[in-house]
Amino acid sequence: MMTVELKVDEGWLTVCELSEMTPGRGVAVLLPDGGQAAVFLGRSGWTYAVDNRDPFTGASVLSRGLVGCVEGRPFVASPLLKQRFDLETGRCLDDEEVAVRTYPVRTAATSTAVA
Amino acid sequence: MAAPTPTPAIVLIGHGMVGQRYLEALAERGATATHRITVLCEEPRPAYDRVHLTSYFSGTSPEELSMVPAGFMEQHGIDLRLGDPAESIDREARTVTSRSGSVIPYDVLVLATGSYPFVPPVPGKDAPGCFVYRTVEDLLAIEEYARTRTTGAVVGGGLLGLEAAGALQGLGLASRIVEFAPRLMPVQVDDGGGAALLRTIEGMGLTVHTGVGTQEVLTGPDGHVRGMLLSDGSTVDTELVVFSAGVRPRDQLAREAGLAVGERGGIAVDARCRTSDPHVYAIGECALASDGRVYGLVAPGYEMAETAAEDLLGRDKEFTGADLSTKLKLLGVDVASFGDAHGTTADCLDVVYSDSRSGVYKKLVVSPDGVLLGGVLVGDADSYGLLRPLTGSVPPVSPDQLVLPAGLGPATQLGPSALPDSAVICSCHNVTKKEITACTTLPEVKKCTKAGTGCGSCVKVIGQLLPASADKGLCGCFPFTRAELYEIVRTRRLTTYEQLLDGHGRDSARGSDGCDVCKPAVGSIIASLAPTLGASGYVLDGEQAALQDTNDHFLANLQRNGSYSVVPRIPGGEISPEKLIVIGEVAREFGLYTKITGGQRIDLFGASVDQLPRIWARLVDAGFESGHAYGKALRTVKSCVGQTWCRYGVQDSVRMAIDLELRYRGLRAPHKLKSAVSGCARECAEAQSKDFGVIATANGWNLYVGGNGGATPRHADLLAQDLSDAELVRLIDRFLMFYIRTADRLERTSAWLDRLEGGLDHLRDVVVHDSLGLCAELEALMADHVSNYRDEWAETLEDPERLRRFVSFVNAPGAPDPTVRFVPERDQVKPDLAVLDRQLPLEVVGGTR
Ligand code: SRM
Ligand SMILES: Cc1cc2nc3c(=O)[nH]c(=O)nc-3n(C[C@H](O)[C@H](O)[C@H](O)COP(=O)(O)OP(=O)(O)OC[C@H]3O[C@@H](n4cnc5c(N)ncnc54)[C@H](O)[C@@H]3O)c2cc1C
Ligand code: SF4
Ligand code: FES
Repeated sequence: MMTVELKVDEGWLTVCELSEMTPGRGVAVLLPDGGQAAVFLGRSGWTYAVDNRDPFTGASVLSRGLVGCVEGRPFVASPLLKQRFDLETGRCLDDEEVAVRTYPVRTAATSTAVA
Repeated sequence: MAAPTPTPAIVLIGHGMVGQRYLEALAERGATATHRITVLCEEPRPAYDRVHLTSYFSGTSPEELSMVPAGFMEQHGIDLRLGDPAESIDREARTVTSRSGSVIPYDVLVLATGSYPFVPPVPGKDAPGCFVYRTVEDLLAIEEYARTRTTGAVVGGGLLGLEAAGALQGLGLASRIVEFAPRLMPVQVDDGGGAALLRTIEGMGLTVHTGVGTQEVLTGPDGHVRGMLLSDGSTVDTELVVFSAGVRPRDQLAREAGLAVGERGGIAVDARCRTSDPHVYAIGECALASDGRVYGLVAPGYEMAETAAEDLLGRDKEFTGADLSTKLKLLGVDVASFGDAHGTTADCLDVVYSDSRSGVYKKLVVSPDGVLLGGVLVGDADSYGLLRPLTGSVPPVSPDQLVLPAGLGPATQLGPSALPDSAVICSCHNVTKKEITACTTLPEVKKCTKAGTGCGSCVKVIGQLLPASADKGLCGCFPFTRAELYEIVRTRRLTTYEQLLDGHGRDSARGSDGCDVCKPAVGSIIASLAPTLGASGYVLDGEQAALQDTNDHFLANLQRNGSYSVVPRIPGGEISPEKLIVIGEVAREFGLYTKITGGQRIDLFGASVDQLPRIWARLVDAGFESGHAYGKALRTVKSCVGQTWCRYGVQDSVRMAIDLELRYRGLRAPHKLKSAVSGCARECAEAQSKDFGVIATANGWNLYVGGNGGATPRHADLLAQDLSDAELVRLIDRFLMFYIRTADRLERTSAWLDRLEGGLDHLRDVVVHDSLGLCAELEALMADHVSNYRDEWAETLEDPERLRRFVSFVNAPGAPDPTVRFVPERDQVKPDLAVLDRQLPLEVVGGTR
C-alpha cells in the first residue's frame, strides 16, 4: 500500500492512501498547527502540495480546483475566481505578485506520521 | 360580336424620380409589353436624381444625374414627351390634354407630379434675384445670377435650406439663413441638435437668423433684389434670395379633375395608391398616403411606385406608411434622424451626448425597457447605418455607449470596438479598453491588467477587443472547437477525456493533464452524450469526476467562504406546504441562510462539504432532487399561475412548466439553460428572456428561443406558433440538441443564435423543416437523455465510496473546516469574512487529528 505524505516542519505527515485520491484532483489536509494544505495527484502519478488558502479570496478552497498543465508545468485553478497557481513554485500564473506556499510531498510504502 | 381587346393605355404625368421608378417597375414585370405607355414630362430633361441635385455645383453634370438608362424608353416602347406638361384631365372621357394640345386617352392614369417649393406670399417674392431650389433649371439660373453677385440668403433653415445655403456659399456668396422656427432643421432635430448645428454652421462663416420670418424682399431701383426686411424689423443686405420654406404637393391637376385631395393638400390615395377614381393612381410626393401623410422623401415614393405597379397587375401589395429616417451631409455636417426622433412615445427616455465645442450632438430615444425608438445625430452620424436597423430592438450595448463620440476611438460601430479607449471594460479592476488592447491574448490581459480575473463578466468583451486568432481551438490542449469535439466524441464513441486528449489533442498536450478550460467542456459533452455512448450517466463516475468544476464535483454551489449552497428542484415553482416545511426544517437544523431565488425556488446557503450528504438525505426523503443550480444544465422552468387560477390564463402553464422541467432536468449543455411558461400574452413568467420560453395562446403554445437576462440581455425570437403539446416538446427537443451539438463552450443560446450563420431562419429550417435531415437523430438523443435521467443526489447517497469525497479534510474526516464560520445577519447568518482575512492558522474546533 502506498501512502501520500507531506513534509511539515521536520517530519512527514500522512495524508491518505494513494488509492483514495483521484488523478487530476486534490484533497485538503489539516495540518498539526491548524493550517491547511492542498495535495494534488497528476495523471502520470506526480504529487504536489500547496497552501489550501486561495490568496485572492481568503477561502480555503484550492484543493477543490481543477488541475491542468501549461507548457508542461502543472497548475491548479482556484475554484472561486479561477486564477491558476503553478504547483511546483506556488506562483500565480495570472498575477506575478501573488504566490502560495508549497510543501514537499512524497508517496511512500510505509507511513511515518508526525506526533 | 367581341372586338379584339385593345392594348390598355397608361398615361404617366410627371417624370421625376418616382415616375421613372414606376416605369422601371412596369418594365421589370413585363407590363411595358402589354400596355401602351405615354409619359408627360414638364421638365426639358428626363428624370434625374433630384436627391443629389446639389452635386451639380461640385461638378456633376445634369447628364450624369440622369436616372434613365440609355435606350430605356425605346426598348420598352414608352412615349416620353419632354417639356409637354399635362394641363387637364377629363375623367369622363378618360383623356389627358397636354400643353401642346394633344389629347391622350388612358385606361390607367398615374399622377407622379411631385411637389413645388412653397414661396411665402411676401412682397417682392417675384423680383429678379428670387429663386427656388428644386430642378436642374433652378440651379442653372442660380449659378448664372450669382456670377456677378457677392451676397445671398436662404429663406428656410430646414434640410433643403441648409443644402441651398451651402450651395450659395460654394458659389462664393456671403450667405445667411433666415429660419422662422427657433432652431435649424426643426423637423428633424430637437433644440439640442439645433444648437450643435447652429454652432457648426456659424463656424463656417454663414450667418443664421432663427426665430424670425421674412416680411418683404426689398428691391433696388433696377427692380432686382437688394435685401430683406425681417419680422423683427431689421433689414439685411442680399442680392439673391432662395426660397426653401418647404414643399407642397402638386395636386392642382387632380383638384381640377375632381379627385379627392387632403385638407392640407396631397392627392388622397388608398393603401394601393389608388385615388378616389379607381382608374387613377397617385404616387410619390404628390400623394397623400393612406396613413394621412405626404412623404417628402424618395424611398417612400419608390415604395408607392412598386405598389401601384403591383396593383395594376392585380397583385397584392400595400403602402401603409414608411420610415422617415434621413441622413444627409449638409455643408459638410453629418445630420441624421430616425425613428421617433422627437421622443413622442409615452414614457420614453433620452440618452443625450452633446459637445457644443465640436458641434456634435447625439440623442437616442429609448423606451423604459431599453428598446431603441429613434434618435438624432448631428455632427457625427457614422453610427446611423447601424443604429437605424436596431430601431425597435434592444441594442447589444447600452445607449450611452452608442452615443459616445467616435473621435476618441475608431469609427463608431456597435460592439466593443465602438467604445472609446477610455471606456472601463473591467469594472472589477477598473481596466480601460486602452489597457486591454495593448495586449494580444487573454492570458496576457489577465496577467498585465488583472482584467477578467474578478467576476469574469468582462471576459467576453475582452475577447472581442483582442485580435481574432486564426487558431479556433478550444484551448491550449485542443485544436478543435467545442462543436468539433462534440462530433469527434459522438462519432468515435469516446467515453473518456484521456482518449480524446491523447488521440485528438495538440501534440504538446497529448498525455498531459489537460487544462481547466477543456476538462469541464469535455466532461459536459460526455455527460450529454452518455446514454448514447454507453458511458455512465453519473457525472462523478471514474475519470469524469476529475473533469468537473467544483460545483459539479460536489453537486452544490461553492460560495465565497468555501461553503456551499443547496438548491432543490421545485419544478415550475410549484411547491406543497409539506415540502416547504421540510425545507424550513432542514435550513433550521443545519443553520443555513435561506433565500427565495430569482428562479422561483429556494436556495439554502452555508453548508460545509461534510454537511452536504446529510442535507440531501433529508431532502431526498421528502421527495426533492437536485436542482442542478451548479451545473451547465437545465436550471429552472419558471411558470406563472396560469389558467387554473388566473382570470386571463388560456392554458395550464404550470403543468407545462413542470412537464418541461422534468423532461429536461439534468441535461448537460454548453452553458446553463433556462426556461419559462406563461399562461397568456401578459407574460408574467418572462418567457421571452429565456433560452426557450413558451407563451400560451388560445390555440396552443408559442415557442420563443434565444432569450437571455444576465449581462447582455436579449429578447427571445419567436420560433413557432400555436403548437400542440406534442409539437412543442418535439421542437424543444430538437432545438436543445442542436444547440448542445453546435454551440461553443459557455455560449448561451442567445449568443449562439446571434452567431449562427443564417440566424433564426436557418435554425427554423433545421429544427422545423428538417433541412439537414437531423431531426430524427436529435429527437433520439433527447429520448436517450430523458429515459436515462437519474437524480445525482440520490445516486451519490447510495454509494459509500462516493460519499467519502464529502469531507473537509482527507486526513481528518469529520473535522469541519475552521475557516467556514458565520456571523448573524437579519435573523439568519452570513459568512464571517474576518476569518478569511486571517493568514494565521486557526484554532481547530473538535475533530480528529
Ligand atoms: C441564487 C440566484 C440569485 C438569487 O438569489 O435569486 C443566482 C445566483 C447565482 N447566479 Fe444567477 N442566480 C439566480 C438567478 C439568475 C437569473 C434570473 C433567472 O434565472 O430568472 C439570471 C438572469 C437570467 C439569465 O440567466 O439569462 C441570472 C444570471 C446569471 C449569470 C449571467 C448569465 C448570462 O448569460 O449573462 C451568471 C454568470 C454565468 O452563469 O456565467 C450567474 C451566476 C450565478 C452564480 C452561479 C454565480 C456563481 O458562479 O457563484 C450564483 C450562485 C448561486 C448559488 O451559489 O446558489 N447568474 N441568475 C438565482 C438562482 C435561480 C435558481 O433558482 O436557479
Ligand atoms: C435639393 C434636394 C435634395 C433632396 N434630398 C433628399 C434626400 O436626401 N433624401 C430624400 O429622400 N429626398 C430628398 N429630396 C426629395 C426628393 O427629391 C423627392 O422626394 C423626390 O424627388 C420625389 O419624387 P417625385 O417623383 O414624387 O417628385 P419629383 O422628383 O419632384 O418629380 C415630379 C415631376 O413631375 C413633374 N410634373 C409636375 N406636374 C406636372 C404636369 N402637370 N405634367 C407633367 N409633369 C409634371 C415635375 O416637373 C417633376 O419633374 C431632395 C429634394 C431636393 C430638391
Ligand atoms: S401570464 Fe397571463 S395567465 Fe399567467 S399569471 Fe400573468 S396574466 Fe395570468
Ligand atoms: S468586470 Fe472584469 S472581472 Fe469583473
